[in-house]
Amino acid sequence: MKKVIMGNHALSYGAMLARVQVISAYPITPQTQVVELLSEIVADKRLAAEFIKVESEHSAMAACIGAAASGARTFTATSSQGLALMHELLHWAAGARLPIVMADINRAMAPPWSIWTDQNDSLSQRDTGWMQYYCQSNQEVLDTLLQAYKVSEKVLLPAMIVLDAFSLSHTYENVDIPDIEQVDKYLPPFVYPYKLDPQQPHTFGGLTTPEWYMEFRYKIQAAMEQALPLVTQAGKEFGDQFGRHYDTVDPFMVDDAETVLVTSGTAASTARYTVEQLRRKGVKVGNLRIRLFRPFPFADVRRHLKKAKRVIVMDRNISFGHHGIFAQEVKSALYGHVDAPVFDYIVGLGGRDIFPATIENIIARSQKAKKPSQDMHWVEVKE
Amino acid sequence: MAKDRMKITFKKLSELPEMVMSLKSMAANPTHSWRNLKPVIDYANCINCLICWKFCPDAAIDLEGEDKPVINLNFCKGCGICAEECPKKCIEMIKEGR
Repeated sequence: MKKVIMGNHALSYGAMLARVQVISAYPITPQTQVVELLSEIVADKRLAAEFIKVESEHSAMAACIGAAASGARTFTATSSQGLALMHELLHWAAGARLPIVMADINRAMAPPWSIWTDQNDSLSQRDTGWMQYYCQSNQEVLDTLLQAYKVSEKVLLPAMIVLDAFSLSHTYENVDIPDIEQVDKYLPPFVYPYKLDPQQPHTFGGLTTPEWYMEFRYKIQAAMEQALPLVTQAGKEFGDQFGRHYDTVDPFMVDDAETVLVTSGTAASTARYTVEQLRRKGVKVGNLRIRLFRPFPFADVRRHLKKAKRVIVMDRNISFGHHGIFAQEVKSALYGHVDAPVFDYIVGLGGRDIFPATIENIIARSQKAKKPSQDMHWVEVKE
Repeated sequence: MAKDRMKITFKKLSELPEMVMSLKSMAANPTHSWRNLKPVIDYANCINCLICWKFCPDAAIDLEGEDKPVINLNFCKGCGICAEECPKKCIEMIKEGR
């Protein structure tokens, strides 16, 4: 069934189709409609789930952790400060190997207070052991949610579906909502092997001495590495069944491109429009959208950038005291493998629009240079 | 008691569960040695309200019959919450001898 819906509601329908069993969330702009619609869906009995109301995001994640440990498929959603408040428990979810799926609507961190998009909230959680998918369209949001459960429940790692505030969360697009019978064929019920069970009591997450702690960390990393091909496989299987294929990265006109613009999230749509415009003028430019950020798709990124003469990374985020975070990651992937210089542009923080003209400017600036004059450039910052 | 304690030991990585978990419940892990103070109930004044039993954070108060609270000294860590909450103030925290 096709329906014109906002990105937030794409998540609600996705969670319904995934037959999540426990939802616990605390409202925060711009995430609120995700759980608003889900609470209606649960109240209408269109979904047999527990909807747990809580007093904070910290508690929302705690409720999801408890529910997941008892073997339930769980879902929550948050943004910005809410995600930051969950931080301690994000480590807990990953360390306890609970395949919780959560949506984070990218919203800039305060202060100064903002409700608009940038990626510093989700990227601040980079090292918690959560998988991270960055989405470009409402359709992709819904589809990714289903794929995320499939992968996470195999490798026992939690996953974050990340989408831009307003430019996706509140933007209405045509979305194909699959039949639940079809989704059932794609996504089997969740069976957790380490379930809390009063008949066989265990203590979970207990003190672990230096003798074994490191091995538990090693296993999380091993699971991340195992997840990488599974994301590709889940995207392919999804495509075979529903006609929409997905992978870790999403290349657009990169094969013969001299300049490749690396983007994530909705900025990729604008980048692609700009690429098409520039191609008409004979500029050999392409776009590589990074969809999976954790685990980082090193090989796929290298493969698509190996022929490029220059790589431009547009970062809607900043690691203060370092550079743009996607640029750091791309550089670390290319180091020792691909020689192309990497230009890093900080752009669109706090929801500032990224226009085609912005991107044309960025490309024009880097076209003239053999290598970047600075490690990082701020775009359209007032003087 | 302490002799039932089960130390979790593994020989190799493949034996390790993904989730950090004990092989038995906490019943196999007595915590009495953590205690400096021991709760002692004065049954002459106890009104069997079970407030101590409800408040014990470690479920270390058992019930004898319907409503007689008995401190399980294998697991009591001596936090004193029972003594604090007792409306009759008939639980005394007594220093453990060494």
